[in-house]
Amino acid sequence: MTRAGAWRLGLLAGFALALELATRTGAISHTILIPPSAMLARLAGIVAEGQLVDDIAFTLLSVLTAFALAVSTGFLAGIGIHALPRLRRALDPFFATYYAVPFFVFYPVMIAIFGLSKLPVIAIAYLFAVVAMIVNTLNGLDRIPRVLAKVARVHRLSWADAAWNVKLPAAAPNLFTGIKLAIAYAFIGTIASEFIMATSGLGYSIAYAYNNFDNRTMYALMLFVVALVGAINLGLYEWEKRLMKRRTGR
Amino acid sequence: MSQIHARLAGVTRVFPGSAGHGDVHALGPVDLDLARGEFFSVVGPSGCGKSTLLEVLAGLQTPTQGAAAFEDKPIGAETPEGVGVVFQEDSSFPWLTVWDNVAFGLKRTALSGAEIETRVRDALAFMGLKDFHKAFPAQLSGGMRQRVCIARTLVLRPRLILLDEPFGALDQQTRLLMGDELLRLWRETGATVLLITHALDEAAMLSTRVGVMSSRPGRFIDLVETGWPRDRDSRIVADPAFGAVTARLWSNLRGESLKAMGHA
Amino acid sequence: MSKALDVAMLIAVLIGLWQALNWYAGDVAISSPYDTTLHLIAQFERPRFWLHLAESIKAFGYALAIAWIGGIGLGVWLGAHRFAGEVAEPIVVALYSLPKVTLYPLVLLIFGLGISSKVAFGAIHGIAPVALFAMNSVRNIRPVYIKVGRTLRLTPLDAARRVLIPAALPEIATGLRLGFSLTLLGTLLGEMFASQRGLGFMIVNAIGLADTKTMMAVTLLLFIFAGTANAILLAGERALHRRV
Ligand SMILES: Nc1ncnc2c1ncn2[C@@H]1O[C@H](COP(=O)(O)OP(=O)(O)OP(=O)(O)O)[C@@H](O)[C@H]1O
Ligand SMILES: [Mg+2]
Repeated sequence: MTRAGAWRLGLLAGFALALELATRTGAISHTILIPPSAMLARLAGIVAEGQLVDDIAFTLLSVLTAFALAVSTGFLAGIGIHALPRLRRALDPFFATYYAVPFFVFYPVMIAIFGLSKLPVIAIAYLFAVVAMIVNTLNGLDRIPRVLAKVARVHRLSWADAAWNVKLPAAAPNLFTGIKLAIAYAFIGTIASEFIMATSGLGYSIAYAYNNFDNRTMYALMLFVVALVGAINLGLYEWEKRLMKRRTGR
Repeated sequence: MSQIHARLAGVTRVFPGSAGHGDVHALGPVDLDLARGEFFSVVGPSGCGKSTLLEVLAGLQTPTQGAAAFEDKPIGAETPEGVGVVFQEDSSFPWLTVWDNVAFGLKRTALSGAEIETRVRDALAFMGLKDFHKAFPAQLSGGMRQRVCIARTLVLRPRLILLDEPFGALDQQTRLLMGDELLRLWRETGATVLLITHALDEAAMLSTRVGVMSSRPGRFIDLVETGWPRDRDSRIVADPAFGAVTARLWSNLRGESLKAMGHA
Repeated sequence: MSKALDVAMLIAVLIGLWQALNWYAGDVAISSPYDTTLHLIAQFERPRFWLHLAESIKAFGYALAIAWIGGIGLGVWLGAHRFAGEVAEPIVVALYSLPKVTLYPLVLLIFGLGISSKVAFGAIHGIAPVALFAMNSVRNIRPVYIKVGRTLRLTPLDAARRVLIPAALPEIATGLRLGFSLTLLGTLLGEMFASQRGLGFMIVNAIGLADTKTMMAVTLLLFIFAGTANAILLAGERALHRRV
């Protein structure tokens, strides 16, 4: 691990320890926050008892579905839009505005369209994630240096060879950003719409626990979400860093 | 087999204007016959259409008027087999190691793995990159990256080599030495070379013939035969005739360069 | 000019899609563009609507101020201190990509019901992108600019004013625009859960009452507001980017 990585871990551990002490000594009241160890214990209990396992699995499956759909269709849409500069120009302001609108409010609309099932949640998460992938695919394609495309031509590469071995790697940093954001937005879209309106899933369970004053379960699940998303992000961050180190020399 | 290896006949290139400004007449009309095995250099003021001329020969741009041919076949919208190009700007692939960059084209030929390895190793030694085969371009200096691009083209043993200011990022001493190496390669392979350069002494030292271009739209205003022996090297700079060639190039270019800078 | 035409055509296509959805799913699920617009105009004659609007604007204004100022401060500091930045960056990124709704109960427990919760919620949504872009803008200032400032013997203040800030500004502007959108989203989400006032509350309330028309009308208003604000910010950002 890098020195910064060690510091980061230490910082987070220190933060958790401080919370533990503050809640144990009563500096922070238990009605506001419970000790992290208690959250962990409760989380272990939940998993051991098999409670909520369905909800968790369900949520993760939704996230994964929305993510996979968003990355694949967003990538293809990005390529298509890139080929049509006029459409692109018209779409740009919409992409820029897109993330200011709380899509969750369309949940009822989604139910009207897809019926009462898992699909409305997945649809919202997908809508949330796909634009990030489109925008970053466009950015990536914009940044393929023209001279590299020329190198592909003077080496007489076939279309597929040039796309796979020159254009894709040249656009890769932006595509990676798109994939990272798509994961994040798929999580946000899924859990937020569950939290607000669904009747199952991780987000719903947190809201349910909150409404029933079950702080221990609520915090246990919150910890789970925070730790999971945090771990995925840290992993991607380190991986990207390692990939980019070769390319940028720092 | 015709003695004319590549030919430009009445080639012009006009870039269509966009909103804000009109058409840009970048090049020509230009007529040029490259003899098989000759070393031809092009000098000319900045922006006069040198890169455009090279890209027409490489099949990367289609002439607005006129025609280009290589080995008696017209050059269409793709690079003919047997033509190698080194671009003006850095075109190394940042995601590949130096070794993989140099082997990029070779891996797409029918050559055996052993043959590819020999060629890449030789090229890296030749370019002074032996110790850097595992490095990524980002870890190299600008001049070293440009040498990677030169190696990537030379390992394919093209019959016509198009070089667009390949030594632009190198210091003067390395330039001279690289020039010597290029001459040696040219002698050994018998390839035809078209070199674009902004260094008059480099053009004078390396070439069989030097074409001097006018300011935009670029045309040839002088073709200078140097008359050097085939086994020359950089020591030719001490020859009195060398000074005469350089002086002739500069006297032709001075006015054009002033024009290109808007001073005439 | 042709760009305005393209955008107008796209808006027409979107309205067409909306109308098609209305025909497909019915008025109960999604009200038609025409009805929604009329309903939105009618809202402006109701005093209660103005109360909600004012409340939202106030909360959003505070949240935006915190997100922008705090984000720039944090980002510039992390950008200038390379190691601190390296330690903190993934944490800020994680905050950015966390489904922050799940933290809502925590925010409520700390800040209580009312405007401060909404403001806090808006601010935690907006601060991460502002900080990330500000940090990168400072990191990406080309070292040669700093050297130029030094060889011209500028005072640190002058160097900041004449060289560093102009160099970093375009990227910071991008962060501010993203921060604007996300702060708006956060504030609305805050209003949706535990508030009796604001546009967000109007939306959830309308959903609860199956009053699709009101839900759509308020959402349309948000679309228009966010779209206009974004267009203005985007124009400013482009002007800055063109200079460099
Ligand atoms: N894609 C293009 N679109 C429009 N104009 C172009 C394009 N490419 C080149 N030009 C114009 O054509 C002219 C010649 O360009 P070219 O790159 O061939 O010049 P050059 O002689 O290689 O210059 P330098 O010595 O600076 O490399 C320039 O005035 C340039 O502005
Ligand atoms: Mg050029």
